[in-house]
Amino acid sequence: MSFAKYLTAPAVLLSSLLFAVPVGAVPNIQTWHTANGAQVLFVEAPELPMLNVRLVFNAGSAREDRPGVATLTNAMLSQGAGAWNADQIAERLEAVGSDLEVGSLRDMAWVSLRTLIRAPALDTSLGTLTTLLGDPTFPGPDLERLRKNTLVALGQDEQEPRTVGSKALYQALYDTHPYAHDPTGTKESVTAITRAELINHFRRYYVAKNTVVALVGAVDRAQAERIADQVTSGLAKGESVPPLAPVMELSQGRMERLDFPSTQTHVYVGQPGISRTDPDYFPLYVGNHVLGGNGLVSLLSEEVREKRGLSYSVYSYFLPMQQRGPFLMGLQTKNRQTEQALDVLMQTLRRFLQEGPTEAELRDAKQNLTGGFPLQIASNAKIVEQLALIGFYGLPLDYLATFNAKVEAVTATQVREAFQRRLKPDRFVTIVVGPTQNANTRGGAE
Amino acid sequence: MRKLILAAALLGVTALAPADERVHEQVLDNGLKVIVKEDHRAPIVTSQVWYKVGSSYEHGGLTGISHALEHMMFKGTERHGPGKFSEIISANGGDENAFTSRDYTAYFQSLAKDRLAVAFELEADRMRNLTLPAAEYAKEIEVVKEERRLRTEDSPTALTAERFSATAYLASPYRNPVIGWMSDLDALSVDEVRAWYRTWYAPNNATLVVAGDVDPQQVFALAARYFGPLKAERTGVSKPRAEPPQDGIKRVLVKAPAKEPYLIMGYKATQAGGAGPDWEPYALEMLASILDGGSSARLDRELVRGSEVAASVDADYNAFTRLPEMFSLDGTPGKGHSVGDLEQALRVQVERIKNEPVSPGELERVRNQVIASKVFEQDSVFYQAMQIGQLESVGLSWRLADQYVKRLSAVTADQVQAVARKYLTDDNLTVAVLAPQPMNGKQPRTDAPGDVHVLR
Repeated sequence: MSFAKYLTAPAVLLSSLLFAVPVGAVPNIQTWHTANGAQVLFVEAPELPMLNVRLVFNAGSAREDRPGVATLTNAMLSQGAGAWNADQIAERLEAVGSDLEVGSLRDMAWVSLRTLIRAPALDTSLGTLTTLLGDPTFPGPDLERLRKNTLVALGQDEQEPRTVGSKALYQALYDTHPYAHDPTGTKESVTAITRAELINHFRRYYVAKNTVVALVGAVDRAQAERIADQVTSGLAKGESVPPLAPVMELSQGRMERLDFPSTQTHVYVGQPGISRTDPDYFPLYVGNHVLGGNGLVSLLSEEVREKRGLSYSVYSYFLPMQQRGPFLMGLQTKNRQTEQALDVLMQTLRRFLQEGPTEAELRDAKQNLTGGFPLQIASNAKIVEQLALIGFYGLPLDYLATFNAKVEAVTATQVREAFQRRLKPDRFVTIVVGPTQNANTRGGAE
Repeated sequence: MRKLILAAALLGVTALAPADERVHEQVLDNGLKVIVKEDHRAPIVTSQVWYKVGSSYEHGGLTGISHALEHMMFKGTERHGPGKFSEIISANGGDENAFTSRDYTAYFQSLAKDRLAVAFELEADRMRNLTLPAAEYAKEIEVVKEERRLRTEDSPTALTAERFSATAYLASPYRNPVIGWMSDLDALSVDEVRAWYRTWYAPNNATLVVAGDVDPQQVFALAARYFGPLKAERTGVSKPRAEPPQDGIKRVLVKAPAKEPYLIMGYKATQAGGAGPDWEPYALEMLASILDGGSSARLDRELVRGSEVAASVDADYNAFTRLPEMFSLDGTPGKGHSVGDLEQALRVQVERIKNEPVSPGELERVRNQVIASKVFEQDSVFYQAMQIGQLESVGLSWRLADQYVKRLSAVTADQVQAVARKYLTDDNLTVAVLAPQPMNGKQPRTDAPGDVHVLR
């Protein structure tokens, strides 16, 4: 298939002077440490009068003493700080049009701010962020409210087969490892959490040496240095955290069937996968793009959806984490097709393990990844996330610059060998969520 | 929480050229409207083809046909067989997908800028040359049904939202779900899908939106080369199907296996270009932001914090729809509160808007948020193209996006009060309640009365 190449003329002269991301190049990442030891990654992006600040902390649920502590600690930062209550914090930021976003998963907790550069938005927003991180007050009544709302959210999780299945899968994969429990916690653990536990979590993990500051926006290096110093100024220097315990291999395969009153059965299959710094990262990443990582253009989609119409969504992925994050495959299908769909899923995987990708499949996957690379860094929002990941997982600073070369270097043999080395289907965990008896099937036309 | 989804001119906060100078428009002889927005920050381009057809064009027995056709658009033409579209885009480094809504169906590809011709060649080809093989259809309609099970049947809140629309609207096609009723999907035939395709997919019923690091004249030339050879067609005509005035409150109870109750309240309202003075839709947008434009807005401040009657709560309104839309409120009660308590608290909020002017500080906060979001949205070329496509596809002009900040900023406290008094009335209200049923399907639930006693 050949297409006429469409080449644009050079853009208007002026705009070429304004590129932060020159055509065909990658962002120029500058890095340094704040006075108290937080790592900073910065990309200057002068085109839009805005700034994205993303602070990430090695403070996720893998570090907590009781399930749910990390998520609640993170959520409480915006509920009271310095002399301000939750209303005042929200008002300060929103009155100048800024967005604050916080979150916490297994590895990472984050606080992100997006603000205009103009006065008073920039100073007001950065000042507020600084106080949130430096002087959170964890007001008791707000904790009680967030606790109750978390219990409601946990109730909602129980009414969706997706969340029921995914929680069961992590529990089965990780057993006694801190990755096993869901970051939201359980009704029991959330009920038991104390304010002191949140304050302890904050004091131990929200410290400068455990923090990465990612900055992208219309500021220069000197301004960026001042901003990074400012927003981390209230953090104690602290200590960086020790590595998490390694993840144990599963000793045998198992299947769990969870009764659920749904018209579809959700299937999850997996095993512990790889860490973010695994030497097999690129062969597995590129290989999985062929297997089930590239939307409709993947073997799983072809076999399960395109050829047989069994599922709307079918996928596989490696989720690399500090320790071995999961390798996961999933689909959903009407209840009586469950066994067929699971068979096709596993047969497709086994064939891929045995044969690896064809040269054509590998070439197409590489072309998608390398040709699509400009899309991964096409906005300040995307770049700031990339910076945070590079900092958090200690990836090389030339990670973006060398991404395409590393994808290109992957061979079919490397993919096949890496998959064979890493995936052991006879030890997979399979979670099946759906009616275990026909009597429980609700309505729905079959 | 409500996001401000449309906003406009930069009001001097940036040295960039005004947005309208970066948008270029041309109509091909066959009626295809081509709109190009330049954004040279990154060497990428997004190409979107928008068809003026969606579930609001459908009639009884054929619901879901627009969405089913969207799925079939990936099933091949004479030149490119089933699945080839996605394979070719993928091998060119592209991201692609499609979506169907009430008012439009859109197909998009995001690519490195030198690959735009790939997208054009494929989109022009499938605009008229789809083969719609029966064997492919037989499999794909099963995928669509799985999608319905996934998104609606097994999600108690989505099921409630579906029942809500079907109850609120009598005649308006907004009563039907975009994905269609299951029985209609069961009965739909590939011949009907083919007829639907021939009726609505034509250059004169489409808008091509391109945004990114491109030269507009080259895009126009390229569009003429690939889409130009297609002929204008006689496309379908949609009947007005006007919604009669509502003459009393409507309530629907949705009993489904669930753990937490859920409430939706909707008042029938107007839309940009609809009946009523042209400031009304903007006053309704302002009203939605006064209530829910962030965590400092009234609903979060007073109902989630304050009284804690809500665990979560939202206000929604979209001024840019083809037919009159609703102003809606939805939420989950806080622990120890019932949906009845939450409904009561939301009604108090509505009455307060009618009786007291909103404060200058609240108006100012929303204005600042809109100004900021207009800058933030320029961080995404995809979103910029989306705005243009949406406006054009509901029969409005992309220029409205550039007037948005001005129009919204001009809204006064009196106007907010006026639209609340006019539209947010009991006779105009529909209430839907999710009443959780036991998850094990066995015993009737005994602890539910507080949650479900809202039928009055």
